[in-house]
Amino acid sequence: MRTGVECLMDGLKKAGVQTIFGLPGGSVLDIFNGLYDAPFKFVLTRHEQGATHMADGYARATGRVGCCLVTSGPGATNTVTGLGTAYMDSIPLVCISGQVPTHMIGNDAFQEADTTGITRPVTKHNYLVRNVDDLPRIIAEAFYIAGTGKPGPVLVDIPKDVQRASTKAHTPDSVSIRGYNPNTEGHPKQIARLAEAINKAKKPLLYVGGGAIAANAAEEVTQLARKAKIPVTTTLLGLGSFPETDQLALRMLGMHGSVTANYATHHCDLLVSIGARFDDRVTGKISEFAAHAKIAHIDIDPTAISKSVPVDIPVVGDVKKVLKVLIPLVESKERTEWLTQIQEWKQKNPFAYDQNGAKLMPQYVIEQIYALTKGDAIIVTEVGQHQMWSAQYYKYTQPRTFISSGGLGTMGFGLPAAIGAQFGCPDRMVVDISGDGSAQMNFQELVVAVEHQVPIKVVILNNGYLGMVRQWQEMFYKKKYSATCLGQSGRGQNEKIKDHPDTPYLPDFVKLAEAHGALGLRAKTRAAVVPMLEKAFAADGPAVVECMVEPEANVFPMVPAGASLTEMIQSMA
Amino acid sequence: MKHIISMLVENQPGVLARVIGLISGRGYNIDSLNVAPTQDITTSRITMTVPGDDHVLEQVTKQLNKLVDVIKVFDLTEEKYIDRELALVKVCASPKNRSALIELAALFRAENVSVQNKAMIIQMVGTTDAVDNFLELIKPHGIVEVSRTGVIAVGKAEG
Repeated sequence: MRTGVECLMDGLKKAGVQTIFGLPGGSVLDIFNGLYDAPFKFVLTRHEQGATHMADGYARATGRVGCCLVTSGPGATNTVTGLGTAYMDSIPLVCISGQVPTHMIGNDAFQEADTTGITRPVTKHNYLVRNVDDLPRIIAEAFYIAGTGKPGPVLVDIPKDVQRASTKAHTPDSVSIRGYNPNTEGHPKQIARLAEAINKAKKPLLYVGGGAIAANAAEEVTQLARKAKIPVTTTLLGLGSFPETDQLALRMLGMHGSVTANYATHHCDLLVSIGARFDDRVTGKISEFAAHAKIAHIDIDPTAISKSVPVDIPVVGDVKKVLKVLIPLVESKERTEWLTQIQEWKQKNPFAYDQNGAKLMPQYVIEQIYALTKGDAIIVTEVGQHQMWSAQYYKYTQPRTFISSGGLGTMGFGLPAAIGAQFGCPDRMVVDISGDGSAQMNFQELVVAVEHQVPIKVVILNNGYLGMVRQWQEMFYKKKYSATCLGQSGRGQNEKIKDHPDTPYLPDFVKLAEAHGALGLRAKTRAAVVPMLEKAFAADGPAVVECMVEPEANVFPMVPAGASLTEMIQSMA
Repeated sequence: MKHIISMLVENQPGVLARVIGLISGRGYNIDSLNVAPTQDITTSRITMTVPGDDHVLEQVTKQLNKLVDVIKVFDLTEEKYIDRELALVKVCASPKNRSALIELAALFRAENVSVQNKAMIIQMVGTTDAVDNFLELIKPHGIVEVSRTGVIAVGKAEG
């Protein structure tokens, strides 16, 4: 006979878990007691949201299923944003939560919340374990569901009495769920149709998303593109699925994508989506998206097919498996005309920003990070302008080197996700690129990096604003900066913060870093950027570099929400 | 257009909430809903009628299919099927109009299942249209209460 806790430990071990992120509490005391002697690395986070983002970053960087552990009530409700973030981006993680004893459920007990009810819309699946005999099976199922098919977060809620109860049940060797059979093999006829369409196309384009990275199919994407000479554009989450240094790379498409990628999308005659879901930030006005093209879509998720854009050639299956069948069927082609056109667009329309040397432009900082890391770092971002600049001014050449909350757009994701990524990849340089708005969400987790001497580097592009919202206010709301100013400098005379010096350090991130035990540095001028970055990157431990960038720099090009991809705004002029 | 969706699901707590949550969370509507165990105690059948065009319904069925606890989803509207609804109707009935009600019920092969001093309860089984029609005709007598099961349906395909 084994207790629920022993079953859980065994299940985690058999699932290959090495690192668990979390925070203890009343209803998980027994689990933590079990953890004390268990062979896992446990990372104590300072907030449960941090635990979910760390597990998420760990999963994105390694491809393994992330794992976090939290208590009932507020512990569980604090995971909602992290679960939602993972759900929207299809990231595999398992969250174990404690629950009040079964006989107390529904009584409004201390730290009780309807956790499975609350997390249902933000998980791929969730369980409330009512009987300890089911626990070993459920743990095995949770990891299986999280990591297979279209990956996603799974939550297992375990009441305290179930943790303590005894059972003869043991962890099953294999999992079989009659309602869950993801189709991984693409239909051969559909793949043949797709090959024929590619062979016939004059102006084909690959549009590659996070699904290609989830399926570990970057190699196959690259083979297909190079063999058939098809240019490649990626979504934000698809960055790294094809080397952006390649001639065929058009960089990111969509709202803040490259001019070339958006033109190519508009003019192509065959658009092949590979694990990309036609998100509204990608398509712009749906009716005009790739309007001249036949559309093919390879995706493991049947609901993604024709959800927003009607698809002519659907292929439901695992991207890697489908591409392996597809590649031998496509012909090597030159496509000189199409590729010449694309090179022309590329030369005319590179990503560009104000090169006035007196200003510290945020884009410049990203370029320097790229140069100093030789494009070999794992870049993690928060959400906002800095996120888009990180996509535009750093060239990604390997999968799992760009980690960002794309779907949910969660500010405060980056710092904990970077810590998780660094735990998963201790030998890589991990840089969290942040803004001063995002940095103030979940900064507390920096302590975790200090405690474990996890050497993440946080580069804060401080413009004193919630920059992306400010940009929209500038462009579409007559420059009424409603509630977007974070520092002192952007405020009108009558709106100044009382008794505060007119410096932009609000907060002072250098002091904040030091207060957490990390190295804190600041670059106030363009000339100071490289020395400060070098110092931070050379440090053994975690470091924060605050760069006081041009306050009202904007992200361009920009396709206004709901406009066609060809209607790009290139500057404020 | 209305579609009848019939699904086989795990007979477990929380499954109905998952199905309903998906439908409401994605902005779809449900006209009627029926849930009961099948011949196999580990499964339940959920039958619901959902309004929407073919594109919407294709999304609904695909999304429902994705739920781990949902074993199979059928859009019966795409095939031949038998559908029925049961209604229990409590209607004002005095000795004066009782025979008229009984006559009306007989026309619809409805059955009177309880007779009281001032009311009768009539059980009406039929398609949604037939039940609607019956209720319309019985209305002038004064309906006190109606309880309907919502549509249940079975596809006609053999095996």
